[in-house]
Amino acid sequence: MPAGLVHYEINAKNSYGKRLKCATPANRCPKFHAPHKVRYVIEFQHVHKTYRVAGREIPALNPTSLTIEDGQVFGLIGHSGAGKSTLLRLINRLEEPSGGKIIVDGEDVTAFNANQLRGFRQQVGMIFQHFNLLASKTVADNVALPLTLAGELSRSEIDKRVTELLARVGLQDHAKKYPAQLSGGQKQRVGIARALSTNPKILLCDEATSALDPQTTASVLQLLAEINRELKLTIVLITHEMDVIRRVCDRVAVMDAGQIVEQGPVADVFLHPQHATTKRFVQEDEQVDEGEQRDDFAHVPGRIVRLTFQGEATYAPLLGTVARETGVDYSILAGRIDRIKDVPYGQLTLAVTGGDMEAAFDRFKAADVHMEVLR
Amino acid sequence: MDALNFFANVDWAEIWLATIDTMIMLFGSLFFTVLLGLPLGVLLFLCGPRQMFEQKGVYALLSLVVNILRSLPFIILLIVMIPITVLITGTSLGVAGAIPPLVVGATPFFARLVETALREVDRGIIEATQSMGATTRQIITSALLPEARPGIFAAITVTAITLVSYTAMAGVVGAGGLGDLAIRFGYQRFQTDVMVVTVVLLLVLVQVLQSVGDKLVVHFSRK
Repeated sequence: MPAGLVHYEINAKNSYGKRLKCATPANRCPKFHAPHKVRYVIEFQHVHKTYRVAGREIPALNPTSLTIEDGQVFGLIGHSGAGKSTLLRLINRLEEPSGGKIIVDGEDVTAFNANQLRGFRQQVGMIFQHFNLLASKTVADNVALPLTLAGELSRSEIDKRVTELLARVGLQDHAKKYPAQLSGGQKQRVGIARALSTNPKILLCDEATSALDPQTTASVLQLLAEINRELKLTIVLITHEMDVIRRVCDRVAVMDAGQIVEQGPVADVFLHPQHATTKRFVQEDEQVDEGEQRDDFAHVPGRIVRLTFQGEATYAPLLGTVARETGVDYSILAGRIDRIKDVPYGQLTLAVTGGDMEAAFDRFKAADVHMEVLR
Repeated sequence: MDALNFFANVDWAEIWLATIDTMIMLFGSLFFTVLLGLPLGVLLFLCGPRQMFEQKGVYALLSLVVNILRSLPFIILLIVMIPITVLITGTSLGVAGAIPPLVVGATPFFARLVETALREVDRGIIEATQSMGATTRQIITSALLPEARPGIFAAITVTAITLVSYTAMAGVVGAGGLGDLAIRFGYQRFQTDVMVVTVVLLLVLVQVLQSVGDKLVVHFSRK
């Protein structure tokens, strides 16, 4: 694991800028991608976007190249104004790019005429922070809207599909209600059902949980993960909460000031953040301030190390074994055991004293854990 | 007894006919106003600043025409319109002669109200409909107009009430109706009783229009 990880991160640093067009994930991270043949669903090639405001050019997205694979849940995280919303809207051309190409499923979206674009948009579902449901239509009519607009199904076929979709999102009893009669979480479920009605290949989520309380957020994210798993559609979501990324995403790109500053598998980015913006997001999620923590440890004797466990290693009784065998003593200064998507992980900060410290460190390194010596 | 004497000048058959005339003028002109004003309002909205079909030139021109017609006092419009009215209906008198100036007077007003109602629709709704692959026509008919329906019904109500006062004014150029009665008998012949009856009837008409309009707005608000 550590070897693959290091390899990946070296390349991740190179991954924005002009190399990206040819930098396929397969050669960036062999361990992660080698086993299966990769089909790219969404590919940004040097895409940039500038707005013209009062005669001045305001850059919203610097030239960006990016590949989002088929079937992934891809998260874009950034503060407001970082360009994530622009990037998301470029995919279905709600925003027109100022330059570059966007290839989806082998076709250049930027070259589509109005007609092709409408057909393409029917293949791309979208959900929104404020749901954007039609207040004048019932829940069932809202879900049916994309189908009636497409005009390909008969009324009875549409009704059947709507019933299925409402059952999938758990709202079968609310078909006749109007959006104003629903809670926020229910509204977003209607939004999801509506987005799925045309059987899209891609689902774009624009801050889909930002207007919801934590509990509702969790249930909506669970629904998104379920949809991704069962329908095998690609989900691109933007958020400003690391927690959302940690719960559902496979890969994450961190955006700051109109560019992607870091990207990779969620576990790598989350556990070993490189860029200052990423570190800030991770700390926000853990609710710790690293500077503060360092100060607290100033009076603690011994060496300080941080161990990161992932997957099965989380359950191995490593600390006790190493302590017994090498005679070191340890105290846990900080720690966190949680899950990233479905994979458990642990991150412990230890103060190690006495015994054969070097041997202990060697044991840690040899085990399936990532070790960082902080002091 | 005094109460009966008070209405001595009132010819109830005349009042009835005048009421019918007012209703015909009101609903006839309201029909054409909505027919012409709704598309004009949609056009104003679409061409407006930062909208789907932002067209500075077209918007400026439409806006100018609307503003000119709206700033013209209706009594002047009635007179200016006479040749055009004769061209359309063959007469400038009676109910038929009143409807063209009423429509020309009310349409710009109604179109502006429609434009405002459409602007009230959340931009997110337009974005969501666009993301479904809707054509512009579909965005207007399937999303914008249904969402703006409460606002449009409110606009129709306000326009109808404005038209009631316009029909009364049309009495000046011989249009008939309650206003005509009030002017010819109530004002020129000092028949206060006729004046009181016509005013009460106009008042009742306005009240009924407003409460029906309010009910429709509430019904379509779906809150």
